Amino acid sequence: MSEAPLLGVEQLTMRFGGLLAVDALSFAVAAHDITAIIGPNGAGKTTVFNCLTGFYRPSAGSLALNRSGKLMRLERMEGWRIARDAGVARTFQNIRLFAGMSVLENLIIAQHNALSRASFYTIGGLFGSRAYRAAEAAALEKARYWLERVGLAASADLAASTLPYGAQRRLEIARAMCTDPALLCLDEPAAGLNPHESAELNHLLLSIRERHGVGVLLIEHDMNVVMGISDHIIVLDYGRKIADGAPAAVRRDPAVIKAYLGEEEEA
Amino acid sequence: MSYFLQQLINGLTLGAIYGLIAIGYTMVYGIVGMINFAHGEIYMIGAFVSLITYFVLGVAGVTWVPLALALVLLSAMGFTAFYGWTVERVAYRPLRGSFRLAPLISAIGMSIFLQNYVQLVQGAQVKSMPPVIDGGFHLMETNGFVVQLSYLQIMIMLTTVALMAGFSIMIAATPLGRAQRACEQDMTMAALLGINVDRTISTTFVIGAILAAVAGMMVTLYYGVIDFFIGFLAGMKAFTAAVLGGIGSLPGAMLGGLLIGLIEAFWAGYFNAAYKDVAVFGILILVLIVRPSGLLGRPEVEKV
Amino acid sequence: MPLRLAAKDAALAAFVALVLAIPLIGFTTHETGSGTIVETRFRWVAIAVAVVFAGRLAWAFVPWRARRSSAPRLVQHRKLNTKYLGWLALAGAILWPFLPFASNYLIFLATTVLIYIMLGWGLNVVVGLAGLLNLGYAAFYAVGAYTLALAGQYWGIGFWEALPLCGVMAAIVGVLLALPVLRLRGDYLAIVTLGFGEIIRIVLINWQSFTGGPNGVNDLPLPTFFGMPFSARAPGGGKTFAQFFGLHFSPLANATERLIFIYYSILAVALLTNLLVLRLRRLPIGRAWEALREDEIASRALGINPINVKLSAFAIGALLAGFAGAFFGAHQSFVSPESFNFQESATVLAIVVLGGMGSQLGVVLAAIILVTLPEFGREFAQFRMLLFGASMVAIMVWRPRGLLSLRTPSIRLPEAPREAAP
Repeated sequence: MSEAPLLGVEQLTMRFGGLLAVDALSFAVAAHDITAIIGPNGAGKTTVFNCLTGFYRPSAGSLALNRSGKLMRLERMEGWRIARDAGVARTFQNIRLFAGMSVLENLIIAQHNALSRASFYTIGGLFGSRAYRAAEAAALEKARYWLERVGLAASADLAASTLPYGAQRRLEIARAMCTDPALLCLDEPAAGLNPHESAELNHLLLSIRERHGVGVLLIEHDMNVVMGISDHIIVLDYGRKIADGAPAAVRRDPAVIKAYLGEEEEA
Repeated sequence: MSYFLQQLINGLTLGAIYGLIAIGYTMVYGIVGMINFAHGEIYMIGAFVSLITYFVLGVAGVTWVPLALALVLLSAMGFTAFYGWTVERVAYRPLRGSFRLAPLISAIGMSIFLQNYVQLVQGAQVKSMPPVIDGGFHLMETNGFVVQLSYLQIMIMLTTVALMAGFSIMIAATPLGRAQRACEQDMTMAALLGINVDRTISTTFVIGAILAAVAGMMVTLYYGVIDFFIGFLAGMKAFTAAVLGGIGSLPGAMLGGLLIGLIEAFWAGYFNAAYKDVAVFGILILVLIVRPSGLLGRPEVEKV
Repeated sequence: MPLRLAAKDAALAAFVALVLAIPLIGFTTHETGSGTIVETRFRWVAIAVAVVFAGRLAWAFVPWRARRSSAPRLVQHRKLNTKYLGWLALAGAILWPFLPFASNYLIFLATTVLIYIMLGWGLNVVVGLAGLLNLGYAAFYAVGAYTLALAGQYWGIGFWEALPLCGVMAAIVGVLLALPVLRLRGDYLAIVTLGFGEIIRIVLINWQSFTGGPNGVNDLPLPTFFGMPFSARAPGGGKTFAQFFGLHFSPLANATERLIFIYYSILAVALLTNLLVLRLRRLPIGRAWEALREDEIASRALGINPINVKLSAFAIGALLAGFAGAFFGAHQSFVSPESFNFQESATVLAIVVLGGMGSQLGVVLAAIILVTLPEFGREFAQFRMLLFGASMVAIMVWRPRGLLSLRTPSIRLPEAPREAAP
């Protein structure tokens, strides 16, 4: 790797009472790679995400994010700060959209911090300052851009909860991208998608990586997605890393096969 | 020294009553994760049913005290249990799975409804009862101040201990108790294993109501006066007790109750009686800020 | 549902009603000089049981079963009738004191309604928009009223000068109270706010030297017409309202003029605060409130600081309550701690809940119903809180988002600029 990793995870450990969910995990995510974390259910993948995004405080270990030369230690930051200052955006396993609000509003809220600054803590906004109106117009344009990218331009004013499942997943990704992140963390983005939608998802993620230079870290079970687009795969089992490398190598790794399929090798 | 002892005795008695009510809060919170805001009113209803039953028995000619008290107890427990069951059925069960503020608002509405219902049908005036159990022990005397331990206080504390022991055994050893603990852990899984979740939850509410009814009866006998508003204050304090002891923990509720009772008695006895309620509310706020899981509770992990 | 099944269901409900009714409806006690007597009211028990039976039976047959929609509905264009309703209400409010049937009593009543509307709009920001249950809202209301009273008493300042101070004091208290407890989850936050409400009330009662204790404070400063008071004489030799307009002064006419002036004052301030809230809703802060209500975890994942958002909701809500409190004080000319108990907080909460959390117009309607209902007779007064409690339960079960809860989006895409044809 020619440049410093975007994210360096060192000895990450997460303990819940007596349960060791993540055990001394270390890996690196390169800045313009698509990295996948895979593993059987209960391996601790979402726990890793929750540590990365500040929902859990790690029991031990360090999470170092490198954003435009600045090094940030995520394990010491609060969740919302990680999103705002470190530029780590995420989607959720169970889709967390703002159900009662419109599709467009979901995307505008994602740009809250920029708009809030422009409105000078609301006071500027109250008096219709030019800076705020310009910022709001820019936010709308960005929202429009992402609506078109994910094919939801016609649904801008519909309630987010009325969208079909696949569209909701796409909206969540668009919303995360509206925060201008450095690292995009996707928790099972292909869950519940049919093969056609999964292919579209691949296309979307690849183009995000191309056009926006964002590092993508995803948890996924769908091997078509994982093998199709990942540059780098990390395999977890019972909280421990059992493989780390390019897709071709990981696919043949006996430890990985054993974790997923048991002792017998499938022909 | 004897003044201190008297406050101690009074505090423990009060604490026992709060503990009984607190158990209701803690059990419901443990199993459905909501604060039964109307629980204080259930306690108040228990008090009213006790008082009314006592007088009805008097008219019916039952004057032998032990029998009358036993019948009052049964009546209070029975009718209040129905009220507790109905409240859950009407105001909470339909809201299972609704957005998170809904059960709480419904509970507040229920609390307002029950308070005004009793005010309407029983009048806004205070109701009183003549002392039924008189007498007690004189424990100590210093400088003319006599430390008294009344028979009623002993009865209250013994009843509370007996009920606590009984319910602890029930939770630990009976199928119902196991079902309850299962539902507390994982309701979906419990249902999949064949546990009748609805019935378990209803039973939890009923048990809470029964304990509150006993507390209501004790309070009626102890203070001799009740009104439709006692549920509000006692409810808040009992809830504070449940939180202090660790919400979701049965021994915690009892411990919290005793502590709150003692704090209230000592604050009123040694500081400013007018601000004793402020002291209790202050404790609630302090506990929630500093150690929300209480003394005996386990810290909750946020599920993402 | 087949009749037999419905009848069995209704019978069961009636049985439960019977058991519930016996101890508390069937019997009651009266204390007389010669002891306590027991009165039996089995007729009422029978009526209650019959009502429950009939009601439950009817409920099974009415087509509108509890359709609890878990998905909130978003309207694209505000329904025409609600829009017209809003303008109609506004017109009615402006014309109210001059309508043919208007009387001092009705103007007084309308002023009370406006105070509750303002309280409702304020609590709406906290509960309806931000989704934070505040059960001690009366505390901020009290701070506003007492600030007016005590500022008048100790510093001698007038109403309009004190008004901003009332709002600011209430907002400060709101922020101070909220700061330590903002990390608590919903139900705990609710109970804590309830505790705060009680603490403030108890302090007001007991701090006699400062607040006058249970006796309250009299002679609050009243709103003046640009400095001209509505009285027989102006302090410091200035002109009174009557003198300025060359009107003949009579105590009765003066009282009416003052009443009308207070009414229009509060109407104006209420409308201003309404505009403020509507505007805030379209700004980032308002969207952040709603996002927090919808999903706090997702909000945090988008970089929104939940503490600041909650604080701002509390502060704005408290600010509005402070203004309402000042008007309440002027309206009554008297404040005492008993006006600011949990009953009051619960009433305002009921208004917000019934009005459809987040809906300004809904709050108006609910406030009108709440305040005017007791005026239709003593029976209604007694039943008022009973009905409100029952309605809160009913609304949660039937329509958790309230009666007028259809939400309009706070922002829309502008028309896309047309690309010039190449």
